[in-house]
Amino acid sequence: MKVFGIRLPGMSSLLIWGLLWEIFGRSGLSFFVPPLSDVIATLFEVIGTPAFQKALYETGYAFVAGVFFAVSIGIPTGILMGKNRLLDELLLPWVNIFLSAPLTALVPVLMVLFGFGMKSIIITTTLFAIWIIILNARAGVMQINRSLVEMAHSFGATPWAAFTKVYFWAALPEILGGVRIGIIRAVKGVIIGQLLISIVGFGALFELYSNNFLMSHFWAVLLVLFAMAFTISEVLAYLERRVSYYAAKR
Amino acid sequence: MLQTDNPVQDLPAGHGHSVASSNSSANAVSVRNVSKNYGTVEALKDLSLEFPKGQLTSLLGPSGCGKTTLLKIIAGLLEPTSGEIEVDGRSVDGPGPDRAFVFQDFALLPWASVLRNVSFGLELRGVAKSEREDIAAKYIADVGLAGFEKSYPHELSGGMRQRVGLARALSVDSDVLLMDEPFSAVDEQTRRKFQEDLLSLVANENKTFIFVTHSIEEAVYVSDQIAILLPRPSRVSDIIRPSGLREKDSRSIRRDPEYLDIVDEIWESLRSYVE
Ligand SMILES: Nc1ncnc2c1ncn2[C@@H]1O[C@H](COP(=O)(O)OP(=O)(O)OP(=O)(O)O)[C@@H](O)[C@H]1O
Ligand SMILES: [Mg+2]
Repeated sequence: MKVFGIRLPGMSSLLIWGLLWEIFGRSGLSFFVPPLSDVIATLFEVIGTPAFQKALYETGYAFVAGVFFAVSIGIPTGILMGKNRLLDELLLPWVNIFLSAPLTALVPVLMVLFGFGMKSIIITTTLFAIWIIILNARAGVMQINRSLVEMAHSFGATPWAAFTKVYFWAALPEILGGVRIGIIRAVKGVIIGQLLISIVGFGALFELYSNNFLMSHFWAVLLVLFAMAFTISEVLAYLERRVSYYAAKR
Repeated sequence: MLQTDNPVQDLPAGHGHSVASSNSSANAVSVRNVSKNYGTVEALKDLSLEFPKGQLTSLLGPSGCGKTTLLKIIAGLLEPTSGEIEVDGRSVDGPGPDRAFVFQDFALLPWASVLRNVSFGLELRGVAKSEREDIAAKYIADVGLAGFEKSYPHELSGGMRQRVGLARALSVDSDVLLMDEPFSAVDEQTRRKFQEDLLSLVANENKTFIFVTHSIEEAVYVSDQIAILLPRPSRVSDIIRPSGLREKDSRSIRRDPEYLDIVDEIWESLRSYVE
């Protein structure tokens, strides 16, 4: 973006929104919205506390574990669905239902099944992320150029070689796209899981802050979460762009 | 000079003067009574055809007459509904190292460099990396792409990509080269250059070429033998051997009376199917 002939760095518009927030906060119109400067000051204060670090660790753990299961189960399942008609017919309706289902409503059920702890949160995270990963891996495999498959076959590729040297790479742009959206959904999953279960991680922290009306603490933690989710998504988008040069040319 | 056998269901044995087809070892590939149905569509019906060793045979015919189907059956990529394929006297029922395919749409790995693409056939056959890259580099130079080893397919023109596909097929050094309309995606100048290159390839490499095209001129220009296929029920309607053209200089073939006669004759026999 250019203003008065000067090139502004990306996302400079955030400054304007930050300024509006500061003004709104200072006007004292709402107790629930403290000025941004207060929030940022609190942020640095909070980041050092053991409570925050514990929450961060627990959340990170649930997130990584949840994403790990979603990716390691989702990608092979999607690839198999893309290659096997029968499996596809069997699973596709379920994948589509779960993709659009309000998964939040499932969390109480998970709590009953798996208890009020980490396990339920990890499963929630996985459930948020996995469906889109499956669908994208499936789409990636289904759009593979038939003549690439025939080429591998005609040069005598074993099924394993065809899979590792052709199928996987041909589907990689779609797979990574699915993983990126899946991970963004996993961020939602891990937070929603914690909020509903609310005795571990940021869920516990939010509970603590909002019960004690510590509004700038509340916003500070929220800012951290938003920034983390955004960073993760940008890193993945960058990786995706690095392989997408060939996505259009297959 | 022009030899035609018509009809050819009871195949060539002895008709063509240039090839001793009666001796089965002179045929690199034999197609025996092959039929292929796609559901209710009869793509090929009881088709037989011999491909003499070391020569280029074109499959020529209107769109949808089953040329690609026949080529893929020979390649082992498609199962015939009935009938059999013999390569070098042995019956085959799948792809093998004795045949290599050049794809109409190139079928290059977009994520791999030219060098890796050309050596990919050898890679799948388990040839060690340094050895296969040496072989690939030689064929890359042969097809005129030296200096582009590290380029990626999307950085190449259509003609260059087709050369990569050709180099890949050549580098596995199989006896039979199957080419499905290999020049249809390139411009006319490149196409003519490719046709000349193909002639010298046939002359220099001791390989059998099976070449699908729907250009009459191209078929007459490059072929030792032209099999004309007609649509449903698909069969070989005619085999033509432009025997006198081989000795001519590749530049003057297009002005040769025999060349022009054959082009005319093929057009006469095909025109009724196009109208
Ligand atoms: N997978 C398929 N399923 C059903 N029918 C098919 C299939 N592939 C080919 N056919 C039919 O078989 C016939 C021969 O097809 P083929 O692709 O071999 O023709 P072709 O001679 O190569 O045509 P073109 O010159 O257009 O490439 C066509 O009528 C086509 O409709
Ligand atoms: Mg075809």
